[in-house]
Amino acid sequence: MGRTILIVDDSASMRQLVSFALKDAGYDVIAADDGKDALSKVNGTKVDMVVTDLNMPNMDGIELIKQLRSSTTHKFTPVVMLTTESQDSKKKEGRAAGASGWIVKPFQPEQLINVIKKFVR
Amino acid sequence: MSNNEQHKAAYVEEAYELLSALETSLLELEDNLEDMEIVGTIFRALHTIKGSGSMFGFDDIASFTHDIENIFDKVRNGEMSVTKELIDLTLSAGDHIKLLLDEPELADKQMAGDIIASLKALSPKTIVLHEVKTSPAPPQSVENALEEDVTYRIRFRPPLDIFIRGINPIHLINELHLLGDCRITAQTDAIPQIVDINPEHCYTYWDIILTTSMGVNAIKDVFIFIVDDCELDIDSIAGGNNLDEEAIQNKLQDVFASQGYVSQEDWQEISGPHKRIGDILLERKDISKEDLQKSLDGQKPIGEILVDSGRIDSGKVESALAEQQHVRSSLKKKGKAGLSSSSIRVSSDKLDNLVNLVGELVTVQARLTQTSASRNDPELFLISEEVERLTEELRDNTMSVRMVPIGTMYSKFKRLVRDLSDEMGKEVQMSTEGSDTELDKTVIEKLNDPMVHLIRNSIDHGIESPDVRRSLGKPEEGTLNLTARHSGANVVIEINDDGAGLDPEAIRGKAVEKGLIEQNAELSEKEIFALILAPGFSTAKKITSVSGRGVGMDVVKRNIEAVRGSIDIESHKGTGTTITLSLPLTLAIIDGLLVKVGEEMFVVPLSLVKECVELTGEDISNAHGRQISNVRGEIVPYINLREKFSIYGGKPDIEQIVITNVNGQRVGFVVDHVIGEHQTVIKSLGRVYKDIEGVSGATILGDGTVALIIDVSKLLQSERSLLAGNSNN
Repeated sequence: MGRTILIVDDSASMRQLVSFALKDAGYDVIAADDGKDALSKVNGTKVDMVVTDLNMPNMDGIELIKQLRSSTTHKFTPVVMLTTESQDSKKKEGRAAGASGWIVKPFQPEQLINVIKKFVR
Repeated sequence: MSNNEQHKAAYVEEAYELLSALETSLLELEDNLEDMEIVGTIFRALHTIKGSGSMFGFDDIASFTHDIENIFDKVRNGEMSVTKELIDLTLSAGDHIKLLLDEPELADKQMAGDIIASLKALSPKTIVLHEVKTSPAPPQSVENALEEDVTYRIRFRPPLDIFIRGINPIHLINELHLLGDCRITAQTDAIPQIVDINPEHCYTYWDIILTTSMGVNAIKDVFIFIVDDCELDIDSIAGGNNLDEEAIQNKLQDVFASQGYVSQEDWQEISGPHKRIGDILLERKDISKEDLQKSLDGQKPIGEILVDSGRIDSGKVESALAEQQHVRSSLKKKGKAGLSSSSIRVSSDKLDNLVNLVGELVTVQARLTQTSASRNDPELFLISEEVERLTEELRDNTMSVRMVPIGTMYSKFKRLVRDLSDEMGKEVQMSTEGSDTELDKTVIEKLNDPMVHLIRNSIDHGIESPDVRRSLGKPEEGTLNLTARHSGANVVIEINDDGAGLDPEAIRGKAVEKGLIEQNAELSEKEIFALILAPGFSTAKKITSVSGRGVGMDVVKRNIEAVRGSIDIESHKGTGTTITLSLPLTLAIIDGLLVKVGEEMFVVPLSLVKECVELTGEDISNAHGRQISNVRGEIVPYINLREKFSIYGGKPDIEQIVITNVNGQRVGFVVDHVIGEHQTVIKSLGRVYKDIEGVSGATILGDGTVALIIDVSKLLQSERSLLAGNSNN
């Protein structure tokens, strides 16, 4: 019963790190490099969770969350945002858009897994 | 760590790409000073360099880039305009980042400071620089671990739109479970009428009583992502350093009032004056203690009164009761455990692995013992003896880790009995004994279904309805006893009821009708009762939702036998039934007695063995062809394994009888030689041989040969008529 997690980040090294940590923890991973790419990748398939960066070209994380929340398939899907901003404004914006949680960079892979375990079992 | 190195290398490569993209963009920007799209690209490049840099341990780069990123954030927001100076400075900042990547030792701190200072000077307003957050988030709960268990009362009311935030409150509550012993009451009074329900909203809220040693921050961590949006109250109610039983008792008394369920006046009205009226009457000798007690027994609990009077919702009472029970039980546990016996949770897979490894070790140790015995080397012999002793200790310790008190199962059944008796309109009182008897976890798990079935049977078929019982002169309330106790290497569980009992004639008739036995078969009462374990047998007149489909008892029997247990039924019509389950303590390794017949080795479970005696040719001729022996004046029947298993070859002049005791009956097994004690790692025989009677498994001996483990009770069953015939003589 593999759980599939979509990770969205424009930084290839971040995608590599996060995919690696998630695969290590037994999840299936789909990677996308921005919000647009992410939406096209989940179009027609359902993922169990989304981990997204906020600052990305083409479509940023906030817009991605809004799009996901207004879709039927991913209305209730947990979405965790990766932020470098520890300040409240970005967090608030994300939460208003419907983000389930957040994790502030830098983080240890184990911390990410702990957060993910809050949302998917 | 090579993974780490690999990630770092990926980052460096990416950073170079970003830096060259940054340079290109800056040069483009120089030609189009107003192009905000380019500014966005620059910002994102800086952002990624910073964010990923902090992830992979490039802290210098992260903090340096952070300041530059802030400047471009201003530009992006239109608070600063793009100038040639800004572009120059940013280009040199890019060079500096490259330097930090290439040779961080050579990087000039002064230069970094200069670039930042000049950039800041360009900014119209002072820029509040944010520290790059380096502390881990969310906070790790481990740091807050306390030694002492503290009990918390938690009220968690999620926001209505929690589901649309992608959060499942059940996960959060499950997470609380991981922190410690937890009682949860769901409050449903906020759920609107069905026409008003929005199925995407969460109306339920929860009252949770949690005992944990992790501290309050660990609890807050669970709710970290919605703590700002939900209603979350956490109060410590017991435990910690100020553990004072009386204080807790007092606290419990105003559980209702303090949770705001009942107004102070209502509380006063219900609880009355400080001195309770009964005490006053008692003091004045207006009433005897017995009379008072009697009338108090008829009184409804306070919770029920409150609900009946419509002052509060029943969910609230349930929650308060849960709190009361939880605190009571944790106090009890505390008393029992004494000071502190700390424990850790281990997944049962790990334990299974450990047991398997110990099993292998025991097998290897047997080989070592055998080899050392043949070498005649005293030094090796000493070592092998030491290893043997340690292995045995390791084995016992490993097994004890897997032991679980059967009481954990009992508590589940209390609920089952209550629900079933309600459903069937019967009054049943359940009592349990020996709840601290320990059994292998696997056995307990496999035992659950059969036990549930047997209890259902007892309530459904056994215990009569109250009016029938009254007419029979029995107390209206039926009783159901669960008893567990040790008996050698077995645990015996008895399920006893005082119901109608089994009717041998009815069972017999049914069995004939179903074609299970011949019309004229001669069966003892025990054998007739054993028929109810046969597949497709049911005497119930009508099928109820819980039992009577005739697919139950044979499954029970199969399940019990799957854990090498046996089942025994005793019943008297009209007075009740006792079902006795006899289960092995453990499934993996037992102490056995190794015996030899011809060239074959067998293992008899040592716990059943009472003694070994000789059987001479003279003894056999004295018995006149019957298989009985005379042991110190007592007659003991025996089974000859050589005949039983058709082993060829001449028998020795003097054979051995291994005398066992099964269910109070002494039976001997005749073998050629008794070799001695053997730690027996039980291997199952596999699917092909699963139906072989009289053998419960096999084990591997030190020299690699296989010895079969004798299933004493099965052998006995198959020979019962013979033995019965003998003992009647």
